[in-house]
Amino acid sequence: MVFVEFEDVSLAYEEGGDLAIKDISLSVKQNEFIAVVGPSGCGKSTLMKLVSGLTEPTSGYVYIDGRQIGGPQKCIGMAFQASNLLPWRTTLENVMLPLEIVQPYRSQLRRKRQEFEAMAMALLERVGLKGWEHKYPWELSGGMQQRASICRALIHKPQLLMLDEPFGALDAFTREELWCMLQELWQEQPFTVILVTHDLREAVFLADTVYVMSKSPGQILVKRDIDIERPRPLSVTYTEPFAAQVHVLREHIGSIRQS
Amino acid sequence: MMVFNRRKFLIKHASWMLIVFLLLVWEMICVGFNVPEYLFPAPSSVWASGVDRWQPIMMHAWQTFFTTLVGFAIAVVVGVVLGVAVGTYPIVYKAFYPLLVGFNSIPKVAFVPVLVVWFGIGTVPAILTAFLISFFPVLVNVATGLATLEPELEDVLRSLGASKLDILRKVGLPRALPYFFASLKVAITLAFVGSVISETVASNMGIGYLMMAASSSMDMALVFAGLIVIGIMGVVMYELFAWTEKRFTRWANRGVNNTAI
Ligand SMILES: Nc1ncnc2c1ncn2[C@@H]1O[C@H](COP(=O)(O)OP(=O)(O)OP(=O)(O)O)[C@@H](O)[C@H]1O
Ligand SMILES: [Mg+2]
Repeated sequence: MVFVEFEDVSLAYEEGGDLAIKDISLSVKQNEFIAVVGPSGCGKSTLMKLVSGLTEPTSGYVYIDGRQIGGPQKCIGMAFQASNLLPWRTTLENVMLPLEIVQPYRSQLRRKRQEFEAMAMALLERVGLKGWEHKYPWELSGGMQQRASICRALIHKPQLLMLDEPFGALDAFTREELWCMLQELWQEQPFTVILVTHDLREAVFLADTVYVMSKSPGQILVKRDIDIERPRPLSVTYTEPFAAQVHVLREHIGSIRQS
Repeated sequence: MMVFNRRKFLIKHASWMLIVFLLLVWEMICVGFNVPEYLFPAPSSVWASGVDRWQPIMMHAWQTFFTTLVGFAIAVVVGVVLGVAVGTYPIVYKAFYPLLVGFNSIPKVAFVPVLVVWFGIGTVPAILTAFLISFFPVLVNVATGLATLEPELEDVLRSLGASKLDILRKVGLPRALPYFFASLKVAITLAFVGSVISETVASNMGIGYLMMAASSSMDMALVFAGLIVIGIMGVVMYELFAWTEKRFTRWANRGVNNTAI
């Protein structure tokens, strides 16, 4: 079943100006994990904004769950390269933020605060942040902040998780650790994921389908299915099929660079 | 270890020591050069005068304190309301800004005669002058705090379907809080300036009036006693707000002021 659908979507930030993305058509199945890679400035973040309803397409249509998007969505969780945690809230309070806004949690929050807090604590424990719930974000390391940020994106059980280079600012070890964490979360309780990344290994390791975008104005050049068996342990990244997938993608990116 | 502790001790008490030092220099200059008291009284005679007129000074100080606080309170309310409006709605910003900047450039003492015509001499013009002079920093800071909100933070909330009011409550106002508290420190000292100015020109109450009356009778010791009382009230209120600021916006000065506390 198709969950997110782009139909000939183009977007120019300024009226009559250059297109940031051009004629994008793609469809994401329910609970599919897709990754979008492409050169810097090709419109990957723009794609995210379109799905979340923060901007409207200049032409074309975006559908979520069969409905055309008009305005910000509620069934979405987002995490960015910067964790964007609110510095005046503790980690736990940050993770609880969506529950204060999204219905039906919002109206139940007063009655069920304890239950919701337990839910947030469980999620934090799940990503290895037990004991850090009452610390402030600036007391956490970059990797911890990003974990908390992902918890915040997931706490309201969104059907769609959007990640815009969430691991970009982290060191290689932490990044791989978080890949595994994300994969586990996703397998335990599936949701649809759109991951934007610069890292081809990350895309191949995590995604079912990888889309390669062209230079600005961004178009989809290649759609590639990654048929590596799940669950994928980290060791899979050292195997031949994995390297082959990465290699193919790298060649596509390389040819974009030259053109 | 010893050296380190002494350094710490010095840093902690530097302000007191400087005051004592300056008082000593002041006293020595007055005594040494035999400066006449009606020109520049020594600290000792200022102190004597202060002790001597303790009761009238306290009465006038209380009046000044009261008018300042009332004016300051109005300034905070008006400053926050206007600041939120200016910081949230670009149209209000566009409309108000030139007007506000122009208004802020006018020396507030120029308003006092107008206020006297409207309200007569006494407490009301003093309160209003304190208000006029001190609401601007509050407004500007609250507006700045709201307007410089990172778009990413806003996006996080908007992508959850938050309304404009939600964003203001959950992100805008908390983020503007450090700016707000910082402005309170500036505003309270300005409010003292406003009320004292107004009292010197148009009142028969308050420290400003007391100083005016004392200077016309050449009682310089009392004038200086009045100055010092204003200074003390200013410092106490400033410290009070500095303390509140530190308490409520710990997240904004993470780690920076740790050594200075
Ligand atoms: N708010 C905006 N206003 C005007 N132009 C914008 C805006 N945001 C992005 N653009 C333009 O749209 C194009 C795509 O930007 P986008 O941020 O989507 O790229 P990206 O693929 O996410 O890049 P990166 O990988 O560096 O994050 C760029 O040419 C950029 O200049
Ligand atoms: Mg981007």
